[in-house]
Amino acid sequence: MDDSLGFVEASKITLNGSLDLECGKTLKTVELVYETYGSLNSDASNAILICHALSGNHHAAGKYKGDKRPGWWDSLIGPGKAIDTNKFFVVCPNNIGGCHGSIGPSSINSETGDYFGPDFPIITVKDWVRSQAMLSDCMGIDRWHAVVGGSLGGMQALEWSRLFPKRIKKAGIIAAAPKLSAQNIAFNEVARQAIVNDPDFNEGRYLDKNTSPKQGLKLARMVGHITYLSEEAMRSKFGRELREEKLNFGFDAEFEIESYLRYQGDVFSENFDANTYLIMTKVLDYFDPASECNGELADAFKSIEAQILVVSFSTDWRFSPERSKEIVNALIEAKKNVSYLEINSPHGHDSFLFNEQDYVKGLASFLKN
Amino acid sequence: MDTIEVIKNWIDKESQVLDLGCGDGNILNILTKELGVTALGVEINQENLNECINLGLNVIQQNIDEGLSNFSNKSFDVVIMSQTIQVLKEPKQALLEVTRIGKESIVTIPNFGHWATRLNLLLSGRMPVTGALPNNWYDTENIHLCTIKDFEVLCSECGIDILEKRFFNGSGKEKGLTQIVPNAFAATAIYKISK
Repeated sequence: MDDSLGFVEASKITLNGSLDLECGKTLKTVELVYETYGSLNSDASNAILICHALSGNHHAAGKYKGDKRPGWWDSLIGPGKAIDTNKFFVVCPNNIGGCHGSIGPSSINSETGDYFGPDFPIITVKDWVRSQAMLSDCMGIDRWHAVVGGSLGGMQALEWSRLFPKRIKKAGIIAAAPKLSAQNIAFNEVARQAIVNDPDFNEGRYLDKNTSPKQGLKLARMVGHITYLSEEAMRSKFGRELREEKLNFGFDAEFEIESYLRYQGDVFSENFDANTYLIMTKVLDYFDPASECNGELADAFKSIEAQILVVSFSTDWRFSPERSKEIVNALIEAKKNVSYLEINSPHGHDSFLFNEQDYVKGLASFLKN
Repeated sequence: MDTIEVIKNWIDKESQVLDLGCGDGNILNILTKELGVTALGVEINQENLNECINLGLNVIQQNIDEGLSNFSNKSFDVVIMSQTIQVLKEPKQALLEVTRIGKESIVTIPNFGHWATRLNLLLSGRMPVTGALPNNWYDTENIHLCTIKDFEVLCSECGIDILEKRFFNGSGKEKGLTQIVPNAFAATAIYKISK
């Protein structure tokens, strides 16, 4: 069976009305880019919302004309795949604050005519979910068959089930956590410091000054990337392999892992906006539903009606299985419908992007009913 | 009446049921469909987990031997542990946990005191391999087999009350000597217990 979506295109939409943000500010007009795959059925009951993670965007599956690589979740989305586009109408928006077409720091502020830059408000997971609900309204989708996401995307799926219990039948919360640990926040802070201390950052007004804090963004990505891989994956992929079979007694990239990280950082810094990166890390840091209920996660889950699948991966140390179990145990305590899979996978946090058989099967079974 | 019928009779409609070691979800599926119970399974085998999710059941991947402290006291009306206790490393601890979590519990055990097992050991002088226990001692999952008597002694030592019990022969029937001398003639025993 051909499991490729072939060529896809993005769409753009201006949501109806303004969006009041958790920080107290208002976005008067909200423009979102998104992609859809598959067809919406006549009673709009087969729609699945995909929420992207920190560095993701709306291009989840299929290819753009001329591109070699498909979207970031092409391993799971397509005809006959876990998120089966023969059955489901799949929607993936770029979140607000992003840098791939939805309103964000690199958009023009219609009130001033200048780039938002550092003036773009700090966004929260709740803001994203509300904007996605507005998108659902525009698309005529009253109730999602499922909302699914990995990492920060999983946090959005969880928030959806809390915030709009009547509008979501199932939630797939993959490689996520109920809140960031001090260690998680620490890594984010290193990334932010790398960006804001780049001389080209210009206090976030680099677009006005025609500069680009690429070095800072590259460093931020390199740090992040280390946390996405497991020690095991790094060892088996790179080990201590040298690029030139001998030590050069210098500071150039000698080990393969060094050159890999530098390359990943370079590619990323060409395609991502530094202010967006700052906002995305803040979205992560602020996420903490239990804080609304005196630290009682089970109380924060009271409103949930959706059937929930939580998935974690054995070698994920960024959001370890223990963190997923916190969500699961609070859902059990709150007497909610929850299933939990702990998948053996060598790929660390990035496992959610891979086509691991047990994971794919479990997710497909969960979505099909 | 077979074992599943007995389990059904012992559970009220719309109860909250936890099945520890739920396998492919067969029991929970029947209870959900016929009694409208709210069901949660705990299982460790990936294929079984997928079967449960396929049936639309809630199921948690968790190793019972690593503890059940994530389930609070008396948080389920009924906890089922069917044909599971003999594969656990800490059966006594598990039994205490089952009765802590459930207001009532239903435990099913294979009876090692069955005459075929006894005869097998007596005649061959080797660890019994029977229809009910088809594997050799070195590759069986059943590391803590017990007899009906053993189980009842353990319950008494743990201060666990046996509320009801039923005995079945190898064909799953409650008849004949199974009812008179269960420890020698029952292949399977089901207990309703609480603490």
